[in-house]
Amino acid sequence: MVYTGKNAASSPAVEEPRIGVFICHCGTNIAGSIDVPAVKEYAETIPHVVVAQNYAYMCSTPGQNMIKEAIEEHHLTGIVVAACTPRLHEQTFRTATANGGLNQFRFEMANIRDQGSWVHMHDWDGGTDKAKDAVRIAVAKAAKLEDLYPMAVPVEHRALVVGAGIGGIQASMDLAAAGIETYLIEKEPTIGGRMSQLDKTFPTLDCSQCILSPKMAEAGRTPNIKLYTLAEVENVEGYIGNFDVTIRRHARGVLTPTEAAAKGIVGGGCTGCGDCSTVCPVVKPNSWEFGMAPRKAIYIQHAQVVPLIYTIDFDACVKCGLCITACGTKKAIDLEMEDELFTIKVGTVIIATGYETFPIEQKKEWGYKLYDNVITSLEFERLICASGPTIGHLVRPSDGETPKSVGFVLCAGSRDNTGVGKPYCSRFCCMYSLKHAHQIIEKIPGCKAYIFYMDIRSFGKAYEEFYYRIQHEGAKFIRGRVAMIQELPNKNLLVIAEDTLLGMPVEIEVDLVVLAAAIQPTAETEVVRRHFGVSCSIDKWLLEAHPKLNPCGTTTAGVYLAGVCQGPKDIPDTVAQAEGAASAASIPIHAGQVELEPYYAQCMQDICAGCGMCVNQCPYSALAMTIVDGRTVMEVTAAKCKGCGTCGGFCPGGAIKMQHFTSPQILAQIDAFFLGGEQ
Amino acid sequence: MSDEWKPKIIGIICNWCSYAGADGAGSARTQYPPDIRIVRVMCTGRIDTLFVLKAFADGADGVLVSGCHFGDCHYLAGNFKAAKRMFLVKSILNNMGIEHRRFRMTFVSASEGAKWAVVITDVINTIKEIGPSPIAEFNKRK
Repeated sequence: MVYTGKNAASSPAVEEPRIGVFICHCGTNIAGSIDVPAVKEYAETIPHVVVAQNYAYMCSTPGQNMIKEAIEEHHLTGIVVAACTPRLHEQTFRTATANGGLNQFRFEMANIRDQGSWVHMHDWDGGTDKAKDAVRIAVAKAAKLEDLYPMAVPVEHRALVVGAGIGGIQASMDLAAAGIETYLIEKEPTIGGRMSQLDKTFPTLDCSQCILSPKMAEAGRTPNIKLYTLAEVENVEGYIGNFDVTIRRHARGVLTPTEAAAKGIVGGGCTGCGDCSTVCPVVKPNSWEFGMAPRKAIYIQHAQVVPLIYTIDFDACVKCGLCITACGTKKAIDLEMEDELFTIKVGTVIIATGYETFPIEQKKEWGYKLYDNVITSLEFERLICASGPTIGHLVRPSDGETPKSVGFVLCAGSRDNTGVGKPYCSRFCCMYSLKHAHQIIEKIPGCKAYIFYMDIRSFGKAYEEFYYRIQHEGAKFIRGRVAMIQELPNKNLLVIAEDTLLGMPVEIEVDLVVLAAAIQPTAETEVVRRHFGVSCSIDKWLLEAHPKLNPCGTTTAGVYLAGVCQGPKDIPDTVAQAEGAASAASIPIHAGQVELEPYYAQCMQDICAGCGMCVNQCPYSALAMTIVDGRTVMEVTAAKCKGCGTCGGFCPGGAIKMQHFTSPQILAQIDAFFLGGEQ
Repeated sequence: MSDEWKPKIIGIICNWCSYAGADGAGSARTQYPPDIRIVRVMCTGRIDTLFVLKAFADGADGVLVSGCHFGDCHYLAGNFKAAKRMFLVKSILNNMGIEHRRFRMTFVSASEGAKWAVVITDVINTIKEIGPSPIAEFNKRK
């Protein structure tokens, strides 16, 4: 880290504060609910304020010029802008402040829009009073602001992508192509994610594996991509430019050719021949096929896995050793292998942890897991897929017969405010259900498709045309949510719904029901997001930095989002976001350095009593005790400090100075509110 | 303006969760009463017990501290450490004869704008129910 050393621990400022206040109308956003001229007049009476102005749009170029000119004309020492939220425009006004010749950290914002006019739209007096107080509080802080200088830190020329579905694969390939060494980690034994489980993709009816597997293979052989499967994030330390990420590689039980060579086994390591699997006596359900096909204790999930290395399921393995004999001279199998922990250093991180289906059995009225012939759409994908357990022959689970009528239940758990289910739209279920209907009509002559829907949301390019096509192919569309499904003695299903277009209840007997189950973030997403300090929205999807203008970024600098982990989206949107995230993640790396806000703690060693209690408060080990002039005092390593101020909030002697949030500044704000106004 | 008593309540809130949540309430135009003023800190961990006590000494009718949910802290555990301290504040307030309900710590995430409005409404109603701070009355007599 390059620490400029300009941010002195003691404050030499004894100048008389001269504050300029600028109040924004934000069109009518603020001026429509707050008496802006009255706030301006009031601001002129606040101590230290030498100039107060108001303007329609402070963030506009004329507005910013007002700040610049006022600094020059009135020799201001601090700037207050009362406008929207610092989370939106703090940097804008800091730049304007700097353009006027002041240090950019001599700026304080009063939030009178997002936490003012917008939440008190019908309380003119109350909102105006609040705005006056907000300005007074901001002026009190501005009067005590000091010059600060950002710290420039170098950025590691490597990136990490967590999750190797189509989003993670695309992001890694872009980063690698941009010349950045990229670690791609995946918790499953193979990359590919959900997309590899799909048969066809809408609306083009491309074979999913055909378009995905070349990308998987390329990701596997690109020298710039360091691929680790069966791997998870164990721990994260550091900050943008310098993340230290500890990875846990679960014991695979099988050596890759590279690992074997490192162990001195000439010509050894797994070649994917499968001899081991042939002799393995343990048979388990293949979870990748949703338990509809068997696998051995030593297995690959499917034929196109990348990397093509077998994996031992140590929960199932009986360690009989037959596989070791079958493997022979390749000596690839190690039944005593243990998890491996290693730490990598990366500059930026992309999270692409995808989704899983909502446990739809919780919607008991549809009988999933109760009735044999109620399946989910992902199970349907495997049953209709040529590489699936039935080699593409759709059968119903109860008797293996080909269904002659299939009911598709859309919004199964999505757009559901009953408490069991998800309130949001899962976004791609309409389209894949149309695709499913097309597939059965195409594959099974005479088979009827009944689609029970709330609304068909065919929003994408060529999606609406696909919807028309399926209508013309003869699928029956019934607008209404399915109330109940009953199993008949012949294992057929009676689907009971209301046709809201006809305004009457309908009962339709079908051979098979496919539930288009809602999706939710994977369980691992929660773990990963906590490691990286990324927020989530109410429904647990990861929270982007701004829903419109920064959909790939997060509030943790240097961490970006790709794909469904940020919210439901289909394959084109996932790939687009992955490319966006890769671009965003490569910017700091190519820039070579980033500037960190100079919010870090400093110890005022002359009043530090050396108790050392702050040291344990720091989550980043930034504090340590040292001896200066024979006294034990605390010392901050600024490079490690992230600026939470927890030490400063704790120090019993008030000896810790938290830059930009000093105790005198905060106490001045508190006093300004309670003691500074009209009593 | 009416002569109705308006409580003076200060909210010291963290930048990453509660401040963002409060902004979210604004974006959604969720309305709540205006009787609260906000001081932003990066983390509730920054909040010295002194800040809260100074606010009460200045005559605050109520003080709100709001941060991230446990486990969601941008700085790993600043909110835990703040929460521990805030128990101390409650205890001090009780001993000083100040109704402890004048002080509250809440947890509002960046996506909980609606919850923020509910929390603020409840805080303000609670303070209105308790009435003016005895210290504020005392300060006036001085």
